[in-house]
Amino acid sequence: MIYGVAILAGCFLVGSILGEFIGSLMGVDSNVGGVGIAMLLLIIIVDKLIKAGKISKPALDGLSFWNQMYIPVVIAMAASQNVLGALTGGPLAIVAGVAVVLISWACVPLLSGKQKVEEQAPVIASTIGGEADA
Amino acid sequence: MLDIIQDVLSSNGLITAFVIVGITMWLSYLISNKLTKGLIHGSAIAIVIGLVLAYFGGVVTDGTKGLSDVSFLAGIGFLGGSMLRDFAIVATSFGANFDEIKKAGFRGAISLFIGVILSFVVGIVFALMFGYTDAVSLTTIGAGTVTYIVGPVTGAALGASSEVIAISIAAGLVKSVLVMVGTPFAAKYIGLNNPMSAMVYGGLMGTTSGVTGGLAATDPKLVPYGAVTATFYTGLGCLLVPTVLFLFTDMIF
Repeated sequence: MIYGVAILAGCFLVGSILGEFIGSLMGVDSNVGGVGIAMLLLIIIVDKLIKAGKISKPALDGLSFWNQMYIPVVIAMAASQNVLGALTGGPLAIVAGVAVVLISWACVPLLSGKQKVEEQAPVIASTIGGEADA
Repeated sequence: MLDIIQDVLSSNGLITAFVIVGITMWLSYLISNKLTKGLIHGSAIAIVIGLVLAYFGGVVTDGTKGLSDVSFLAGIGFLGGSMLRDFAIVATSFGANFDEIKKAGFRGAISLFIGVILSFVVGIVFALMFGYTDAVSLTTIGAGTVTYIVGPVTGAALGASSEVIAISIAAGLVKSVLVMVGTPFAAKYIGLNNPMSAMVYGGLMGTTSGVTGGLAATDPKLVPYGAVTATFYTGLGCLLVPTVLFLFTDMIF
């Protein structure tokens, strides 16, 4: 199980380092896409390992555990937001914040185009089976 | 006795957080099943409860980190802080389909640029309507509507007043909270039900906490697709807004 968590952690660190590096190349004091890079890394590595049959069930369970810890983490994140700051930031902040969300929502269908809803077949459906309605 | 309990809770912060979040989720799923007959997703209710608790945390402590400013609940801030949040986001990609990401990659990238510029312009328009006319203030408020991180980064770089920086952070917070709460309700009207639209969504909205929280409450299968673009957004905003977009704003005003 620790192997799975270690692969996840390794991808996370490599992604974060690359993100910081890209940021410093661009002259930005911020991590540029580190998490996104880590995600792509993890997808590719796990895919390769599964196809080569080199990853054990417990290792996959280690990945699966953190995959399912996501919702509790998000709830803890929500509980540590500065909601008071959002609600007391004055009329301009509230009006602008609401408007930008509404306008961006309206643009989603324009950019994603008409999509027919396809049944998704996740690569490792069995291990994340419980997550969809969790 | 109370002292002892409080002591144990605060010295085992992360463990306390597991219990609190667990109870919150149990309650939320109970409400979801019994009161809404499963119509409103349990995690959507849990996120709203989290935000309400964060509001009271802010009122009680006068802090900026919601419930986690209450001393014996600091572990919530750690569980929901950027390290574990990003770690769990990376874990969501376990089970995502790489072909879908490749297929939507181009539109995702386009939506990132459109998202940053669109949010920036909307922020500027409202700042103008509220009487701001100088390029620095306009750019900073526009940066805030990009995300609540781009706002202060830009404001500091351009030397905006602290009042304007505070407005820009607040605007970004409003955006983030509204995306978290509103995504499940908006989803069916904007076709947010497949990997492609989730990637576009991440690129357009950009606020990582908003997008990943909102998608989790809509359909957890979509989270990795939204996250993979959204996590580039703040970086791109920090790159574009204080430089290119500020130059444009400065030329016009």
